[in-house]
Amino acid sequence: MDPVLDIQRLSIRYAGAPAPAVRDVSFTLGRERLGIVGESGSGKSTVGRAIMRLLDTAEITADRMQFEEVDLLNAPERKMLDVRGKRMSMILQDPKFSLNPIQRCGHQIAEAYRTHVRCSKSEARARAIAMLEQVHIRDPERVYDLYPHEVSGGMGQRVMIAMMLLTDPDLVIADEPTSALDVTVRLQVLRILDGLVRDKGIGLIMISHDLNLVRAFCDRVLIMYAGRVVEALDARDLDNAQHPYSRGLLAAQPRIGGTREPLPVLARQDSWLEPLEAQA
Amino acid sequence: MRLDRRRLNGIAEQGVSIFVTLFGLLILTFVIGRIMPVDPVRAIVGEDATREVYENVYRQLGLDKPMWQQFLLYMRDVVTLDFGTSIRTGQPVLQDIARVLPATIELATFAILIGAGLGTPLGVIAAVNKDRWPDQLIRVISLMGHSMPIFWTGMIALLVFYANLGWVGGSGRMSQFYIGLVPERTNFLLIDSALAGEWEVFRSAINHIILPAALLGYSSSAYITRMTRSFMLDQLGQEYVTTARVKGLSRRQTVWRHAFGNIRVQLVTIVALAYGALLEGAVLIETVFAWPGFGQYLTSNLLIGDMNAVMTCVLIVGVIFIGLNILSDILYRVFDPRTR
Ligand SMILES: Nc1ncnc2c1ncn2[C@@H]1O[C@H](COP(=O)(O)OP(=O)(O)OP(=O)(O)O)[C@@H](O)[C@H]1O
Ligand SMILES: [Mg+2]
Repeated sequence: MDPVLDIQRLSIRYAGAPAPAVRDVSFTLGRERLGIVGESGSGKSTVGRAIMRLLDTAEITADRMQFEEVDLLNAPERKMLDVRGKRMSMILQDPKFSLNPIQRCGHQIAEAYRTHVRCSKSEARARAIAMLEQVHIRDPERVYDLYPHEVSGGMGQRVMIAMMLLTDPDLVIADEPTSALDVTVRLQVLRILDGLVRDKGIGLIMISHDLNLVRAFCDRVLIMYAGRVVEALDARDLDNAQHPYSRGLLAAQPRIGGTREPLPVLARQDSWLEPLEAQA
Repeated sequence: MRLDRRRLNGIAEQGVSIFVTLFGLLILTFVIGRIMPVDPVRAIVGEDATREVYENVYRQLGLDKPMWQQFLLYMRDVVTLDFGTSIRTGQPVLQDIARVLPATIELATFAILIGAGLGTPLGVIAAVNKDRWPDQLIRVISLMGHSMPIFWTGMIALLVFYANLGWVGGSGRMSQFYIGLVPERTNFLLIDSALAGEWEVFRSAINHIILPAALLGYSSSAYITRMTRSFMLDQLGQEYVTTARVKGLSRRQTVWRHAFGNIRVQLVTIVALAYGALLEGAVLIETVFAWPGFGQYLTSNLLIGDMNAVMTCVLIVGVIFIGLNILSDILYRVFDPRTR
């Protein structure tokens, strides 16, 4: 089967930045769940936003950047308006900021539908409400009319998920979808997202800091460090990661039932910037 | 909108704060009346009045009473809308105000419509094109509006658009020819002439107001542009704007459907402020265009120490600002669901 996304040697430099934020990143994605982990500033979100073509001023180069039949390197913005929100979408981190504070939740969900499908207001409303049910919101009619400040974080993020999955996209990028949430609702929200992604056969890119979370919810994992992918492996092989940075990350994860000694701190080395093959 | 306990409390609180502000305003105007370096009695009786006449008027004005009693009397006068007589015009101040204030309101309203109608879209365009040529160009346009000497520009504009091109009417509120033709009901010339069905006068009034209003509007659009730009830049950096783009909205839809709604509150506040400043009366423009407005009235009375008139004018400016504050408070509640 053709991949949903095919990225080869993607490099991104922000306007005015001396060095690229992302360098030579390559991966392909089928209808599977790919995790991208790495520390803050390693370029995870930058990769996600480049795929959505949201980085208007950054300089983006790649050998290949293909989403289904769309060439993301050269597609005109007109084409992207058709792709964004319909065939690929993105779940942002914190519903407190990512929802428009002065519009009702339901209206914002329905707008995602109406942008791409010609239909009446009442049909869009019905769709939105059905979608709210799918993200396990018990009284969707009421939630439809609430403003973002009137819903909890977990509820807000489910609204976000509903908004981004309503058009049945082929690709969803979830940029730290649960890090702004209470620990108690994180798993619940992730399970909802995971269930929908599997049901609908969506290709998912899950960006996260959290190795344990990626291990549980992804098929494959990319480990990024300083703008590069230093290692790519199956989620179940995560414990056998070879790259010293990956090993350092793993060692720095807290484990239930582990020792109570302080967690080790990463001691960075310049050699980490080399990809794994070169180190061998 | 439900009238629950919290809302009632809010309204009560606002009522109290308005009351306190008004009271403070009365104290202010009263003090201004006392410290002005004019002798109110002399201003009435003239230089060569006898001592007896002087003392008589002195007592009539209540100046022999203690301060607090004078203040109470002043409050009584204000509440009964008795503002005394203007020495300069010899008419009741209230009657003068009823004549000059509508002229200024008319001009200021036209000007703010132009100013906001020009400044808001320019500010948005500047923000969306930050640091590119449209932004640069708009910066120059609004810098010119901000720094133009309005007295000089006014005269040049009169020369060009009235004397040379003949596109607009000259000074005054209408052509000499029409003065006295329509009955003065509201003293808003546009309303009065429309009420009387005198459309020629109406057109003449529009012709006369357009140039001074455009100049005032242009100069206040500079401020509105600058503020809109910065409010907008603030919003364009927010995550919900990214969400809107992720949904597949175009840049224009993102800006007008999402970001713009979030600057309305701030926008209303600064437009109200700019409007208030215009209502105080633009003395320079009113002078150049011989516009019989509030600014001219206040200034000429201030210059000759016409106490009753000045105190009343200050009071009115204060009341206007309180009113605009209340208005922008109400709109705040309408535009932002978080405040309801
Ligand atoms: N708009 C921008 N302009 C310039 N530089 C940027 C911009 N956004 C991000 N960067 C830089 O690019 C690098 C990668 O940032 P990015 O946000 O992709 O990291 P991240 O891995 O998502 O981090 P986090 O885990 O904190 O979200 C960082 O060095 C950051 O400072
Ligand atoms: Mg990030």
